[in-house]
Amino acid sequence: MRSISAEVLQIAKGSAVIELDKVSYGYGGSMLFSQLSLELAKGSFHFLTGASGAGKTTLLKLCYADLRAKTGQVRLFGKDAANLGRDEVAVARRRIGVVHQDCQFLDHLSIAENIVLPLTVAGRHDEVGKNLPELLKWVGLTKQADQRPPELSGGERQRAALARAVILSPDVILADEPTGNVDWEMSERLMKLLVELNKMGKSVLIATHDLGMIRTMKSQVSARVSRLKDGQLIQAGADL
Amino acid sequence: MNSVIALIVGDAQADRAVPPTGLTARLTVFVSAAMALLAVIALAISMTTARVADAWADELAQSATLRLPADRGDVDAMLQTALRVLEQTPGITAARALSSDEQQALLEPWFGPDLTLENLPQPQIVTVVAGGAGYDADGLRARLSAEVPGAVFDDHGAWREPLLKAADRIRLIIWGVVILIVTTLAAMVTLAAHASLVANEQVIRVLRLVGARDAYIARAFVRRYTLRALAGATVGAVLGLLILLAMPQDQGRDSILLGVGFAGFEWLWLLVIPLLSGIVAFAATRTAAFGKLKEMT
Repeated sequence: MRSISAEVLQIAKGSAVIELDKVSYGYGGSMLFSQLSLELAKGSFHFLTGASGAGKTTLLKLCYADLRAKTGQVRLFGKDAANLGRDEVAVARRRIGVVHQDCQFLDHLSIAENIVLPLTVAGRHDEVGKNLPELLKWVGLTKQADQRPPELSGGERQRAALARAVILSPDVILADEPTGNVDWEMSERLMKLLVELNKMGKSVLIATHDLGMIRTMKSQVSARVSRLKDGQLIQAGADL
Repeated sequence: MNSVIALIVGDAQADRAVPPTGLTARLTVFVSAAMALLAVIALAISMTTARVADAWADELAQSATLRLPADRGDVDAMLQTALRVLEQTPGITAARALSSDEQQALLEPWFGPDLTLENLPQPQIVTVVAGGAGYDADGLRARLSAEVPGAVFDDHGAWREPLLKAADRIRLIIWGVVILIVTTLAAMVTLAAHASLVANEQVIRVLRLVGARDAYIARAFVRRYTLRALAGATVGAVLGLLILLAMPQDQGRDSILLGVGFAGFEWLWLLVIPLLSGIVAFAATRTAAFGKLKEMT
């Protein structure tokens, strides 16, 4: 294992869609990580692992400008996130599909309405009818389309969250513990969906502590694995 | 302007993105209705006060009274002289001596109907009506004091001015009350919108996660509260109208206690108040929404 926290971690060749350049972040007085750099290239597949509390979710939040770096620079599609206004951040997020561990749905809307929410807020109402049936079929939720999120199982919710994340055909998929609440079979199914998206040219960054899943997926996709440990980003190797 | 157009046109999907909030919705409607009702009543009182005050002021400005004393000799001779002076005064259009019955009627409220004036020395009252640009009151007084000694000319100026001042004060106070009502409405809607934004923090987080701009999120709240305020204020204005219609109407007596209501174009206030409530709610919610969204960043 070698520390590369102070240098750029190039995930794959090609132009970067998200870059973290010597970024520091912390809560209260203590720093969670500092001088951390990461470059997520177009079409790359990346796993981010680490113990609970290591900062995986925080790092992902920096990647979609939900948090602002204390020091250093976060670049979204070549633009400094610190200089983006709230509307510009909103537009940038339409190019970033995010899947949370707890999914974060609007519980008063149906699953179908939740999945098309990115199209709705982008004002692309005419694409709803075109994309939704296909997407529901892809994630296997056609029958559950009219149900409310609380009525779905953990796996179904994760698949719905994935469908919502990709409905705008974003350039990047960021997934935070997408298999955290599902069984092995469902984990594998979700991962296959993410691999399919990567093959379609999407950059994928998955934060997970499920090393078994990472080992399995490495046989199916060319992925880099980084580990957050003691505030440093380390490229994982054979010890994985 | 775009915000107003978006508000009117609406976006059903955006409206649905924010879950319905029962209590704040009902409170906003109730407060708007109550405030609109109070505004209608207050404005009606203000308008009525203005009308009555104007009528009184006009009447008093155009009329005057000449009192000839009973203890200065021949009252009839004094009366003839006084009438002649009045007829010769430019700006005086009419002068008439009150009959004994009319004078008795004036005293009746104080002494009752059984008083017999014939047995008492009584001054002669002459009513004077002015017209056009008015008359020279000081000049007339000087001439009357020379030709009709003891005659008292009263142009009502002594109590017309305080009356007009009092009416102006009442109008001012009522407009202050209306401004207070509008401000209170704005404060209540702001509080309700704030509460709703805080209660829907998770909804806002999700909407932002999927790329919603602040304007999109704010619009859902602004539209909701503006329409509630508009609906509530309309109900309040209609209730106000019903109350005004139920008030005893007697415009002829120029009493503020009778005929409280609007006249002519003043009735348009019943349309203006709900619209104004909607505009106030729109501005208050929009300010609150963008402020809170900025705070949540």
